[in-house]
Amino acid sequence: MNASAHQEISKPSNEAFFWVLFSAGGVVAALLIPIHLFLFLLAIPLGWVPSPSYEHLIALLHMPLVRIYLFVLCSLPLFHWAHRFRFTLYDGLKVKHLTGLIFVLCYGGALVGTLAAAYLLWKV
Amino acid sequence: MATQSDTAKSAPQYTLYHPRWYRPRVSVYWWLGEWHYLKFILRELSSVFVAICVVETLLLIRALSNGPEAYALFVHCMRNPLIVLLNVISLFFVVFHSITWFNLAPSAMPVRMGGKRVPDILVAAPSYGAWVVISAFVTWVVLQ
Repeated sequence: MNASAHQEISKPSNEAFFWVLFSAGGVVAALLIPIHLFLFLLAIPLGWVPSPSYEHLIALLHMPLVRIYLFVLCSLPLFHWAHRFRFTLYDGLKVKHLTGLIFVLCYGGALVGTLAAAYLLWKV
Repeated sequence: MATQSDTAKSAPQYTLYHPRWYRPRVSVYWWLGEWHYLKFILRELSSVFVAICVVETLLLIRALSNGPEAYALFVHCMRNPLIVLLNVISLFFVVFHSITWFNLAPSAMPVRMGGKRVPDILVAAPSYGAWVVISAFVTWVVLQ
């Protein structure tokens, strides 16, 4: 059972590809997510800092470099999540028999998020 | 491993002295007992809060591109006590992710200089420096 379970998990031979996405997403998440969360989801709405005007924010959003930045900020951390959450479900909840389904849900979710980011940033 | 499973396949019928392989059952809650295991699971679960932040950021982008009213509504939603609670918990987890991630780098990529291993703190320090500089820069760009 051990041998077959192990084979099932290591079946996708492009594991290295997903690992690179995972670690790149980990770096982006570690460096950028805390300050974005703090500013846009806590400090600005709750008035802890002087609120930037809508015009200033939309002007930033219209800059191509900012859009590329935001695309990276959104997509890579989602693949980071997909990798970690996948293995947390395997090991933490011991649901190794659902390998295929979990793989599709995690990376499918990351892919949907990435496409949503591309769409939203494209039509700004 | 191969011979084991071959034996299992070739001799499925009952034998009196068949060896019992030592395979202890691990509880689903194996990570609750010890702080190190719990810390590991909390670190892995930090990724869920990273994903939540990304979704909220996508909603922010959508609100901004939909106009001033939509953005005002987004800001109003972020003042909901439950959302504030979620975001405070998320902030704790994403900072936990950052710290564990930076501290992990020296173990994942040990740096050697002159035959000696550079102390972990010196390898992790540039990450913390970059974190501070980038956070200050983002704050400056957004709030100016």
